[in-house]
Parts: sequence; C-alpha cells; structure tokens
Amino acid sequence: MNKKHTTSTKYETKKRFIQRFTFTVIRLFSYSVVGILILILSFIIIKGIGVINWNFLTSAPAEGMTKGGVFPAIIGTLCLIAGSALLSFPVGIMSGIYMNEYAKKGIIVRFIRVMTNNLSGIPSIVFGLFGMVFFVNKLGFGDSILSGSLTLGLLCLPLVIRTTEEALKAIPDSYREGSRALGATKLQTLRKVILPMANPNILTGLILSLGRVSGETAPILFTCAAYFLPHLPQSIFDQCMALPYHLYVISTSGTDLEAQRPIAYGTALVLIIIVLLINLLANILRRHVGKNIRIN
Amino acid sequence: MNKIEIKDIHFYYGDFHALKNISMNVEPNSVVAFIGPSGCGKTTLLRLINRMNDLIPNTRLSGKILVDGNDIYQKGVAIDRLRKNVGMVFQRPNPFPKSIYENIAYGLRVNGIRNEKFIRQRVEKTLQDAALWEEVKDKLKKSAFELSGGQQQRLCIARAMAISPSVLLMDEPASALDPVATAKIEELVRELKKEYTIVIVTHNMQQAARISDKTAYFYLGEMIEYDKTNIIFTNPAKESTQNYITGRFG
Ligand SMILES: Nc1ncnc2c1ncn2[C@@H]1O[C@H](COP(=O)(O)OP(=O)(O)OP(=O)(O)O)[C@@H](O)[C@H]1O
Ligand SMILES: [Mg+2]
Repeated sequence: MNKKHTTSTKYETKKRFIQRFTFTVIRLFSYSVVGILILILSFIIIKGIGVINWNFLTSAPAEGMTKGGVFPAIIGTLCLIAGSALLSFPVGIMSGIYMNEYAKKGIIVRFIRVMTNNLSGIPSIVFGLFGMVFFVNKLGFGDSILSGSLTLGLLCLPLVIRTTEEALKAIPDSYREGSRALGATKLQTLRKVILPMANPNILTGLILSLGRVSGETAPILFTCAAYFLPHLPQSIFDQCMALPYHLYVISTSGTDLEAQRPIAYGTALVLIIIVLLINLLANILRRHVGKNIRIN
Repeated sequence: MNKIEIKDIHFYYGDFHALKNISMNVEPNSVVAFIGPSGCGKTTLLRLINRMNDLIPNTRLSGKILVDGNDIYQKGVAIDRLRKNVGMVFQRPNPFPKSIYENIAYGLRVNGIRNEKFIRQRVEKTLQDAALWEEVKDKLKKSAFELSGGQQQRLCIARAMAISPSVLLMDEPASALDPVATAKIEELVRELKKEYTIVIVTHNMQQAARISDKTAYFYLGEMIEYDKTNIIFTNPAKESTQNYITGRFG
C-alpha cells in the first residue's frame, strides 16, 4: 500500500497492454461489420441510382426486359407481403400468446417450442417445395398470390410466434399478479395490462418479419412468381411478378444480359429501399406506440 | 366471528413442504403482523388467503381457510369475488403502465363498473385515504411511473382499496421505501384498521410492534408463536421467538 501510485509494476503494465490490445481487436471487428454493410449498400446505390426514375417505378418491363421498369414486380411483392402477414400474424400472435400466457409450462409447450425452432431452421427452398406440392397442386390454388402468400406466411410463422413470446416474457409477472389480485381474469389482464406493454416489441418483430418475407425468392419460385407478366394481377388466384425473383431472372437469363444489368441494379435498389422503409416504419411505430409505456 | 380462520394448513411447492400445520384466527378490524426469518413462509401463507398461489404451478394445499366463515378453497368459489374482498399490496410497488387515475379505476372496470361518476368518486376517496391525494390531484392523467417509489406504493394501496375489500394483505409494503415514506405507510395502516382487517408481513420488528395488534412468528414453515403483539415483544413463550425479536439470529 505504501508504493507510489504513479509507478506501475510489470504486471500492471502487461495487464493494461492486454486490455488495450483486446479492445482494439474487438473494435476493429465491429467496425468491419459496418464497413461491409456500407460497402454493399453503396455498391448497389451507385450502380442502381441512375436507373431509378418515375418511369422505372411505374411501368412494366419492355423490349425483352432490356427496357422499361419494375412496376408489376413492386406490386407483386407488396401483395405477397400483405398476404403472408394476413396469414401469419393472427395465427402466430395467438400461438405466442397461448404458449406464454395460457399453456401449462410442461412437456407439450416445450415440444411446440422445439418444433417451431426447427421450423425456422428449414431452408426456405424446402418451404417452396412444400408450398408447390400442397397449396399449388393438392389444394389446387395453382401458381398464385394465394399459394405464394401461404408459403411465405408459413415461413415467417416461427418468427412471429417467437417474437410474440419473447415480448410477453419480457413483462414481469408482478404486473400479472397485480392485476389478478384485483379480481381481473387472465384475459382482462392480458388485454388491458400485458398486451399494451408488450405491443411495441411485438409490433417491431412483426414488421421485421415482413422485411424478411419481402426478400425471399425460393418459396415463391415454385408457387407464385411469374417470369414475365406485364399486366397486374387481378385476383389472389393470379400469378404475379416479384422483385427478388425478377432480379434473379434478369441477372441470369433473357435476351441481352449486358443491357439488362443496369435494370438488375435498379431492381436490387428498389428491393433494398422497400426493406429499409419497412425497418424504418418499425422504428417509428415502436417509438410512437411505446411512448407512454415503460417497464420499471 | 373471526374474519379469517386458518385451519391445519399444509402447503407444498412440488415436494418442498413450505407450510407445516398452521392454524390461526384473525379478528375483524385488527392488524396482524407476520414476522420471521427470510424463507420461513410468510409470503406463502399470505398469498394463500386470496388464492394468489393458484397462479403457481405444481403446488398442493391441505387444510382450510375461511374468510367471513366461507371456505375459500371450496369447489365453485368465485375467485374473482374472493380477490375483490381480499385485496393485496405487494412487496415492490407494481402500478400499471397507465395514468394515476386509470390505475385506480382498473379494479373497478375489470369488475364491471361502468359508471364514470362513481369511478371518479372512488379515485378521489381512495387517494385521500391513502394520503396521496394532495400530491397527485393535479396530475391524475399523468403516468403512474412518474411517481416516486413511496408514492407508487401508496397508489397501489389506493388501488387495492378502490374495489372495497374488507381484508388487505400487505407483503412488506414498506421494504423498498425510505423512512419518511415508511412512516406514512405505517400511519396509513393504523388509520385503515377502522375499515379493514389487515395482515401485514414485515421484517422490521419495530414496525410490527408499532402497528399490529397481534403478531405471528414463523420459523422454517411452522408457526412458532401467535399472540398479542405486546406479549410477543415483551414476554414471548418460546425461546426461539425471544431470540428472533432480540436479533440474536435471523
Ligand atoms: N414459487 C416457488 N416455488 C418453489 N419454492 C418456493 C416458491 N416460492 C417460495 N418458495 C419457497 O418456500 C419457502 C417460503 O418462501 P416465502 O416466500 O413464503 O418466504 P418468506 O417468509 O416470505 O421470505 P422473505 O422474508 O424472504 O420474503 C422458501 O424456502 C422458498 O424458497
Ligand atoms: Mg416474502
């Protein structure tokens, strides 16, 4: 204790060096992640921005897809997003609520949870195959927005369930007990106390799952996506174009790959913008809905 | 007639025998304090009186608990009505993420009361009874989270009173509070005795001595001694009680 504080022992010097070294490495790695992200984004933006204009966004592909725009693909992707949300949100939210709030914490819930986790590990192309065999052929929906939405909905179902469960789990039991102690039922407690607290997180998870859906190619390959379809779908039993598949098509096949290249970049950029917009929306909604709700 | 009668209670969490053969009576309009070292089963017994332990899976109970002469664990008992009659205040303040007003209105609303005028009256009355009215009357629409810990706990007491219970169960209601807020709660408890029967868990010997009429001392799931508070604190029958209240262990 009577050593001067200004002189360091050998051990202290070494300790500080290791500390500094470790954190420098950690910092470099995390910066490189950001760097890669910026690299990809700026690559697509630089290549694609020149192509995007009003005409590109509002017209159909033309002249063997070497000219024109991506309007039908934008609409198709939006239809698929909406369709899959319509299927997976109600089912997924209900299951999440059931698993966390109602089901007895036992072997059955554990089994369901393991199954949903496995479900989310299945490659999306396998979902595509299943969608084709089951929705397209067996149920006779054909190649259609319906089949595509159902397949995509199945794909993001585990994510929706997990999101809901996690959001509910984050609410301390003291709120449930406080409400039940006042004579409220489980359902009243859920509706009036727990869901309002969990909603911002559930909402964010849901919207992020939409971002995931919007970029999927494999599941719609077999079930919905059209190679080229200049007019818009008229009903849910029609095929549609979709941005990710369109990107694949004009990058790998067609009459003139060189001439199609800029359109491919434009398509990629539009797709990225849609995903970023969705994420932005998630953030705004989260802040807005969660404004008065804080868990202390 | 006794307000609460506890008869030959045994309670298990899974295989763990948490309460062993407990019997006691609580008279109406009295304050009973539960004391004893941590883990001796005070909270467990308290939560049996409004059936909050029903929410914990894998538990088992034998014996009887009567409130106002009715067996509350009988088949067909309306649990929501029981909880309306037997209110509870928890150890940590747990107001809902709602306005101060809505926190108190909540218990009324979930019990089917729609009359807004009546609700407003109850909000004012219970906030006054909980000695909180003066501090919050201008910000009833503000979030309850903006209150201090002590104010939040008094809000929770008001919330429990709003549905007009006749019994209040309090689990260390002042343990998270500073001495000033604690004094307010204690004063409140003495005041509330006129209208309610109160069972309160506390780790604070002086507090038990100050506010309760009778005190029960628990140790390892058993009730060692239950008697008038001044007897427990001046001349307990059991050595174990004596050791505990004089701070020789626990
Ligand atoms: N949910 C539970 N599951 C299993 N065991 C529990 C549970 N709650 C309490 N116990 C056990 O039951 C015993 C009594 O717990 P209880 O909470 O009633 O004690 P307490 O007297 O209130 O203690 P404290 O003064 O620390 O609050 C303890 O040994 C505890 O470990
Ligand atoms: Mg306790």
